Amino acid sequence: MIEATRGGHGCHPKACNLPESSILIKDIQRKIRLLWPQLVLIFAAGFLSACDNAVLNSPYPANAPKQSIFYSSFTERPKHLDPARSYSSNEWAFISQIYEPPLQYHFLKRPYVLEPLTLKTMPIVTYLDDKGNLVSAEQALYTEYELSLKPGIRFQPHPAFARNQDGYRYWPMSESELTDKYTLDDFTEQGDRELTAEDYVYQIKRLAYVPNHSPVAGLMSEHIVGFADFMKSSKNLKPSQQDWVDLRDHSIEGVTLVDRYTWRIRIHKTYPQFEYWLAMNFFAPMAWEVERFYQQPGMESRNITLNWYPVGTGPFVLTENNPNLRMVLSKNPNFHGERYPTEGSVVDRNSGMLDDAGKVMPFIDMAIYSLEKEAIPRWNKFLQGYYDNSGIASDSFDQAIQFGASGDANLTDAMAEKGIQLSTAVETSIFYMGFNMKDPVVGGDLNDPVDQLRAQKLRRAIAMAFDWEEYISIFLNGRGEIAHGPLPPGIFGYKEGEAGLNRELYKWQNGAPKRKSIDQAKLLLAEAGYPEGRDPTTGSALILYYDTTQSGPGAKSLLQWYRNQFEKLGIELIIRSSDYNRFQEKMMKGSAQIFSWGWNADYPDPENFLFLLHGPNGKVDAKGENAANFSNAEFDRLFDQMKSMPNTDERQQVIDRMVEILREESPWLFGFFPRAYSLHHAWYRNALPHLMANNTLKYKRIDGDLRSQQQLAWNQPVIWPLLVLLGLLILVLYPAIRDYRARQRRAAR
Amino acid sequence: MMAYLIRRMFYAIPILIGVNLLTFVLFFVVNSADDMARLHLGNKRVTDAAITEWKAERGYDKPLVWNSQASGMDALTDTIFYQKSVKLFAFDFGSSDSGRHIGYDISQRMWPSLALAIPIMIVGLAVNITFSLILAFFRGSPLDFWGVVLCVAMMSISGLFYIIGGQVLLGKLWSLFPISGYDVGSNAAKFLVLPALIGVVSAIGSGSRWYRTLFLEEINKDFVRSARAKGLSEALVLAKHVFRNALIPILTGVVVVLPTLFMGSLLLESFFGIPGLGSYTIDAIQSQDFAIVRAMVFLGAVLYIVGLLLTDISYTLADPRVRLD
Repeated sequence: MIEATRGGHGCHPKACNLPESSILIKDIQRKIRLLWPQLVLIFAAGFLSACDNAVLNSPYPANAPKQSIFYSSFTERPKHLDPARSYSSNEWAFISQIYEPPLQYHFLKRPYVLEPLTLKTMPIVTYLDDKGNLVSAEQALYTEYELSLKPGIRFQPHPAFARNQDGYRYWPMSESELTDKYTLDDFTEQGDRELTAEDYVYQIKRLAYVPNHSPVAGLMSEHIVGFADFMKSSKNLKPSQQDWVDLRDHSIEGVTLVDRYTWRIRIHKTYPQFEYWLAMNFFAPMAWEVERFYQQPGMESRNITLNWYPVGTGPFVLTENNPNLRMVLSKNPNFHGERYPTEGSVVDRNSGMLDDAGKVMPFIDMAIYSLEKEAIPRWNKFLQGYYDNSGIASDSFDQAIQFGASGDANLTDAMAEKGIQLSTAVETSIFYMGFNMKDPVVGGDLNDPVDQLRAQKLRRAIAMAFDWEEYISIFLNGRGEIAHGPLPPGIFGYKEGEAGLNRELYKWQNGAPKRKSIDQAKLLLAEAGYPEGRDPTTGSALILYYDTTQSGPGAKSLLQWYRNQFEKLGIELIIRSSDYNRFQEKMMKGSAQIFSWGWNADYPDPENFLFLLHGPNGKVDAKGENAANFSNAEFDRLFDQMKSMPNTDERQQVIDRMVEILREESPWLFGFFPRAYSLHHAWYRNALPHLMANNTLKYKRIDGDLRSQQQLAWNQPVIWPLLVLLGLLILVLYPAIRDYRARQRRAAR
Repeated sequence: MMAYLIRRMFYAIPILIGVNLLTFVLFFVVNSADDMARLHLGNKRVTDAAITEWKAERGYDKPLVWNSQASGMDALTDTIFYQKSVKLFAFDFGSSDSGRHIGYDISQRMWPSLALAIPIMIVGLAVNITFSLILAFFRGSPLDFWGVVLCVAMMSISGLFYIIGGQVLLGKLWSLFPISGYDVGSNAAKFLVLPALIGVVSAIGSGSRWYRTLFLEEINKDFVRSARAKGLSEALVLAKHVFRNALIPILTGVVVVLPTLFMGSLLLESFFGIPGLGSYTIDAIQSQDFAIVRAMVFLGAVLYIVGLLLTDISYTLADPRVRLD
């Protein structure tokens, strides 16, 4: 039967009465059988030639590398892009390129200096008494800031500004008119208008308007005159038009419009740090038309909101917001044309940071940020040249960085060969381990000075034994600086070297700090009443509790290391791991004993760190940021004195004393200041780290030709492994096919 | 059959209420409304007043399941559970706690998930069935032995290894595919090849072994022997008789997951930067967005029930002896 079937293949078509089409098909099949080796070779040759001088693995269009586009990534989707709400670095990375507050940080000057951004000059500051008379800063009941705007600045094109003969093109709109509109691009007409002082005043009212949930509303209500009253009354404000509450109809006593380009902000007493707030997005202008546009019925249910589509005057506009895929910033056609700074240090000049001095910014046309949740693909794409810059994850650290004999960090040869460059900077942040001062064991009895001294010695002994140098080496790959106090480098009040030494825990030896011995820590512990770490009430090891959100196998080594540090003193550390919510609850209630915490500076002033230990700012009593609930009368008095002082020697002395109090009292194990390491390719220019400014995209420049060449050189496809795999497959299949045919023949017998 | 389907749909209602209640209880055991507010408002400078306002604005200031202050039905209806759950049954998912419209987000994110899941399922099914049929054909031979060894080895390797290995080998070292990324329309194809390939390859081990077992179970039955006795070739016996009769357990595994395909794959989508629904629920749990969690769990439950119904229907197509009464 099988033979008969096979015979069919050999029978002449006409004899078999097959139709013409079948004859044709059979003919083609026969030709293919004869020609297939040649076809495979032709295909392979074509494929190989197509691969030559082309990259197959590029995630971008073919001509993209040459264009002036900045490519980077982000790991966490931004939640809020409304400048009244946004308070996270991952959100500010975007909106700082779009919104323009009155002031900004100078890109090159160190220490960090403020300069006007949209203002003609720095704010004019006057000190007033209760009758509005000019007085000195010391006598001031009020401080008034007068801000004058540069004329001619325009908002980016946006549908909210589009006009027609009847008024506004897209206002008012009913919900039925929105049926075909799901993104901002569905509104075809756009308009713009000039930025005025009223837009800044309007935004301050937005900060005070309770439904906006501005995170700084509580703080500003303590400073801006009339802010708190506005907050109270804003709860009862009724929408005037559609769902929109026109905040222009309501006023804050301390925020006044002088003319089209000038406004004043009056604050209680003096608060020199207020100028830093004027460099933050909270104080960026908001056009009332924009808010009115977004507040129309049906907009929110279509996700067309201010949180999603920011509208500003800055160098870039957000042209694509898909935080699950990518965020795209494009050059704002209405940007007022800022110039690259001309002043900088000799180091800046030598490193090429002043090569673009005086040129009109921004230099790049577009910035594309792709979502990369995982570190491995992010790192590999950077190495392929598809991201212009990158951080360094722990997994990749050894691949990127090597330490020299003197302990300085350098790029590995592989990185250097690619022309990759390294930038490092000590962050204006601190990571510390805190003691809850309300805890009777580590905080002591507030009414008993003897017990206070006992607890203080216990804390200092632990601080002496806790080896942060080892921590930085093991867990941070050396990416941190030991903290001898709460103030990081770059902040006024920080002292370097021997002058900044924490003498409670260190001694200066051979030109470097050396941690005091564990014996001295044990001695201190014995003085505290815990000889060899034994609790006199129980006779066994003193037990302390560390509260953390860390748990599981990933945290095991770290938590064991913590235990080891306490074990050096004979103290048993019990780890109490809980989820984020329970941990927060413990901190709020003051039931934690020892914990880890961190702080990232809002602005470069010592007040922004020292307030973390200011008594009236306690977490338990005032829901403030003083997580240790530390309270010391002298420290609190000095804080009140220091916070309003200019950066003078006198202020330095006050800060020195405050830091000394903290070293003696030891409410924190000061921990470390993280050191940020970032890498960038040779074609990415003006990559100077700036730890305060977020609006730095406008300074960056891309050499597209160099990028294109490098990407081509680094990503040539490798074809031979595919051919080997194909060969292996044939080697496996051939005996199988032969066996199959043999079996079929056997079956025929 | 219609009566059966209607009956099953009615059965689904108490299941969905139960799932919804369970989600609600589990979520609020771990998170309080205050916790949610604190996380949404941020860690810095959050005041009690802001937390109270946030809760009131989103209806989280009500009692959880029973309002003792209210009278009559209000005691039941003026609660977080009722207010947040009842609209789900009309498939009105409302807005997330961060203000985004959930229905719209799902409709946008399901397509990339489907674009990845459908090729993986179809190609994976074809590859696994073909491979397992080959193993069944060569049963007892060295090819079968080493094939099974290969399957066991492949199913013993973590999915993460396939992903990272695939990215490094095919994307980085051989530079054949983009390591990660996505684009709209036909441009998405070049980004989908590598994750789809990895999705298929990583499932060959377990899939092929399972199907091989099913085929071997059928291959020694009487009707197969009869088919051989009639002189059919072994290939025809496998394709027409063995495969057809092993379809019921295959369908059980395949059809039930069809409706849930668009829910996406967490690992593949995360590593390849595909903007699908894979991480939508996990992200919501991490950000304590109850609105998304309840919507996605509800949707998952509905789809699973639909999947089971489809499976029942598919049995009647695969095996004429099956009747749904």
